[in-house]
Amino acid sequence: MRLLAAFHAAANPNAIPAPHIEYRAILPMLIVFGVACVGVLVEAFVPRVHRAVTQTVLALAGLVAALVAVVANTGLPRRLVVQSAVAADGPTLFIQGTILALSIGALLLIADRSIGADSDFVAQAADLPGTEQERASVRAGLRQTEVFPLAMFAVAGMMLFPAANDLVLAFVALEVLSLPLYLLAGMARRRRLLSQEAAVKYFLLGAFSSAFFVYGLALVYGYAKSVEYGDIATSLTSSDRGDSLVIVGLALIGISLLFKLSGVPFHWWTPDVYQGAPTPITAFMAAGTKVAAFGALLRVFFVAFGGLAWDWRPVVWGVAIATMVVGAILGVTQTDVKRLLAYSSIAHAGFILTAFAATTRASESSVLFYLVAYGFMNIGAFAIVMLVRDADGEANHLSRWVGLGRRSPLMAGIFALFLLAMAGLPPTSGLWAKVAVFQAAYQGGAGPLVIVGVLASAVTAYYYLRIIVLMFSQEPAVEGPTVVMPGALSAAAIALGVAVTIVLGVVPQTVLDLADKAVPFLR
Amino acid sequence: MLTTHAASGVFSVTWLIIAIPLASAAVLILGGRRTDRWGHLLGVAAPLASFVLGLVEFATLVGKPEVERSIDNHVFGWTIVEGFHADIGLQVDALSISFVLLITGVGSLIHIYSIGYMAHDPKRRLFFGYFNLFVAAMLLLVLGDNYLALYIGWEGVGLASYLLIGFWSYKPSAATAAKKAFVVNRVGDFGLSVAIMVMFATFGTFSFTGVFSAVHGADPATLNAIGLLLLLGACGKSAQVPLQSWLLDAMEGPTPVSALIHAATMVTAGVYLVARSAPIFDLAPTAQLAVTVVGAVTLLFGAIIGCAKDDIKKALAASTMSQIGYMILAVGLGPAGYAFGIAHLLTHGFFKAGLFLGAGSVMHATKDEVDMRRFGGLAKPMPLTFATFGLAYLAIIGFPGLSGWFTKDAIIDAAYHKGGTSGFVLGSAALIGAGITAFYMSRVVFMTFLGRPRWEADVHPHESPKVMTWPMILLAVGSIGAGYVLMLGGRFANFLAPVVGHSEEPSVQPASTAGLVTLAAMVVGVGIAALMYLRRPVPAVAPAGSFATVAARRDLYGDAFNESVFMRPGQYLTRLLVFFDNRVVDGAVNGIAAFFGGFSGRLRYVQTGFVRSYALSMLGGVAILVAALLMVRG
Repeated sequence: MRLLAAFHAAANPNAIPAPHIEYRAILPMLIVFGVACVGVLVEAFVPRVHRAVTQTVLALAGLVAALVAVVANTGLPRRLVVQSAVAADGPTLFIQGTILALSIGALLLIADRSIGADSDFVAQAADLPGTEQERASVRAGLRQTEVFPLAMFAVAGMMLFPAANDLVLAFVALEVLSLPLYLLAGMARRRRLLSQEAAVKYFLLGAFSSAFFVYGLALVYGYAKSVEYGDIATSLTSSDRGDSLVIVGLALIGISLLFKLSGVPFHWWTPDVYQGAPTPITAFMAAGTKVAAFGALLRVFFVAFGGLAWDWRPVVWGVAIATMVVGAILGVTQTDVKRLLAYSSIAHAGFILTAFAATTRASESSVLFYLVAYGFMNIGAFAIVMLVRDADGEANHLSRWVGLGRRSPLMAGIFALFLLAMAGLPPTSGLWAKVAVFQAAYQGGAGPLVIVGVLASAVTAYYYLRIIVLMFSQEPAVEGPTVVMPGALSAAAIALGVAVTIVLGVVPQTVLDLADKAVPFLR
Repeated sequence: MLTTHAASGVFSVTWLIIAIPLASAAVLILGGRRTDRWGHLLGVAAPLASFVLGLVEFATLVGKPEVERSIDNHVFGWTIVEGFHADIGLQVDALSISFVLLITGVGSLIHIYSIGYMAHDPKRRLFFGYFNLFVAAMLLLVLGDNYLALYIGWEGVGLASYLLIGFWSYKPSAATAAKKAFVVNRVGDFGLSVAIMVMFATFGTFSFTGVFSAVHGADPATLNAIGLLLLLGACGKSAQVPLQSWLLDAMEGPTPVSALIHAATMVTAGVYLVARSAPIFDLAPTAQLAVTVVGAVTLLFGAIIGCAKDDIKKALAASTMSQIGYMILAVGLGPAGYAFGIAHLLTHGFFKAGLFLGAGSVMHATKDEVDMRRFGGLAKPMPLTFATFGLAYLAIIGFPGLSGWFTKDAIIDAAYHKGGTSGFVLGSAALIGAGITAFYMSRVVFMTFLGRPRWEADVHPHESPKVMTWPMILLAVGSIGAGYVLMLGGRFANFLAPVVGHSEEPSVQPASTAGLVTLAAMVVGVGIAALMYLRRPVPAVAPAGSFATVAARRDLYGDAFNESVFMRPGQYLTRLLVFFDNRVVDGAVNGIAAFFGGFSGRLRYVQTGFVRSYALSMLGGVAILVAALLMVRG
């Protein structure tokens, strides 16, 4: 190999030497990228009638294979690979495993076509829902199957984002994960205008925030003369440039990351997009994007800018408090269940930020644990939202949920379980997740944040419990929505969410240990 | 300290003893009506299977050398979070296997009896489901190798007891009785749970071996506190003064329930708890003294109440309370009394179950009549019931040679042997109690089976079916022989010694002074009863009676005491708190809620839906963040 490279160099002195690539370490991402590309080919070559099945099987198999590859890679030494562009360390594997497991759950929801005529995705852009024209399209086998390769590209981007050890690669990953999501958000079959509006908003604001990332990247490069995290870290003590360059740079990069994880005041898109996007996509991005963005946030700020922690920590305090308060208080008056879950996700981002603000080893592992717990309860909750329907599709307004517990005690009970988990009550994963992050925050000296966090969770508990009261203690409306029985795929996703939520609530130690073993980030 | 041995052979399936009735309970409770036809058969088979398994384990255990007679069977380790770990295991030793045999043996007989007794009840299958649940919980209580498992079983039997007392919940009296039993038991359970928490805080473990090996270095004050809290738990479950009030009302449940749960097994759990915690009580003299006092007071208390009750089941319940008082007194005496207390518990299990089944048989024959003033002369139409009831009666009053004589006299003897004033007082209380026992039990027999018939014209007493009489006969055999088998040559004391320590004195001496005086007290008691209830006709309506009779009829004002000391002040307190809650707490809470609601309502207008204003807000946020960072940088 080396001989070959030398030969090349001798033959052409101006040639760029071929990068050395550790294929095994990046195999999980390669699998997902590969499956995404094959999915595009399937769209082109496989006959329409077979496409949905082919895509579903292909995507699920790819995710499972990637998950197996992640597990198989746990024994490898922690190191930087692909010429220091990717970090193959514990957090990478933990986060990628989490994203893959969550994506399997989300993909099951996306693939389930048993609900309604053609699920939540529009088959032909010109068809109105419920019309004869649409039924004709469905009969003709016109089904929306591009969602699969798009989702797979997003998954691959999500996996690369927290693994990237290089700002340019991180930016590429950010775009790879974002662009498919913009598209996916606009594909709702019903309430199409809302969905398209959401997609456009998400795209515009996302592009806006990406611009900040690139600008920040340029400033940091100007300061450190490198985009690699390790080099940036060393330059903090050695660079001869003015400090404001790197301070503004890290601020702009941080802003872009905060946008992705719905930190206040960059959270504006969250309720609108969560509400407008097709519900399976909302589940997918609520869980997956948050995990990926927090992974990247930890890596960038702990590895590259760890030396400046004293400078950025106060600002993170402020953002954490604002995020918790806004998520908690605005959730109180929401009347749409998806918007409510959006504000809940903002509040949860705030809770996780408290641990991040502590900047200790425990904060790394507690964030990882929180992400697992939160991701699964989220997938499960949105899966239930998909099931509550009336003639016009999903009945998302909370007034329609009155008395649901009388009509369908099992599904309402499961939803109540997820709400309890979000409120952080035993016997669910939410309790230990909150305990872990607040403990890490307290030990890291962020006591005031913990106080705000506990008060904010009390406020959030109000709106979670209100839904439970709504569902169980009132008589159902006469013409209320029905809870359709989930198909096998959705049922599997719900079961996955329930299982993880309860297992992590009763025996959390295994996963806590796993998260503890995964950290610290490779510096 | 006693070491335990890992389980092997038949002991590795100890969990099946519990799992079989539990599984059966699950099938019967969850299975619904489709199990109605064969449900009772499954319900009987489950405790029988456990009994056979227990018998095999017992035989294997006896075959082992004494030091190896404690087998620990680890079931699973439960790590909730780091630093809070509980190993759940089962422990088979002399004490627990004795209970297993009592619970499953007597339990099986009562299950069989219930087939006949509950034959006409539409919910018979559910009854067996609850009964199996009780058996499973009680077995967990005695087999657990740690206080946590014991507590789970403890709560489980409490639940089963609640469900079964209120089994005929359409009767308001039954529903109230069930609730009363539940509430009073909560007080005791609270004591037990606090005791377990103190243990965990002090010793860092729940396991019997762990706690008992650590007690020697512990602070005596802590041990006394744990002992007193355990006693509180025992008082609740075993209906001892001051938590005795629920047991008489609990007779609202079906009679087999009274026989199994409220006579033979569950109510003796307190005795088990104290005996099992012997290493703690041996080092906590204050708590131990409190145990003996509670026992002595209750044995008199129950006996006096028993004298005035006209309801046959309530008379028997008062007797149960009194007999458990004897057991509690015995286990409070320390190593001298443990074996006798447990032995009395076992013999009592036979004869009291026999008495209750006899009472059930009488009720079955007289259209569920319970008032003894409407019985009389039942010996003739129901000879088998009379014979078995009579043998159990002779056993409980301590007729020489029958089981009660062996075990009760041993307790009176041991109390006198304690020495000092306290020994004399306790021994005398027990002795007087024996005399009263003879009186009130004779009263029950005379009023029910002898004298002139006083039943209503449309009642035609008849002997019960075989499925009911056979268990009674077998229990009568136990009432005759159990004491002889257990006590002769100190056999049972030696068997139990590895668990509770060796008793210092030899087994009972039939010709001791105390024994003779006890015999005399018994004869006097029977004699007085004969004068009052055989020589004179029994009036159909209870006479007004003296002050003492009225007091005894009202359970010695136990309920009145609870009502005036706890209930009414409690109600005032509740009213005060409700007022406080409405005005102050709700005011604050509603105020805060209104504040957040209003705040939220205004704040949401910021979320305009216009992407341009979102972008502007973001830009503002960027400016603030960058400025803040630069300012922090200084």
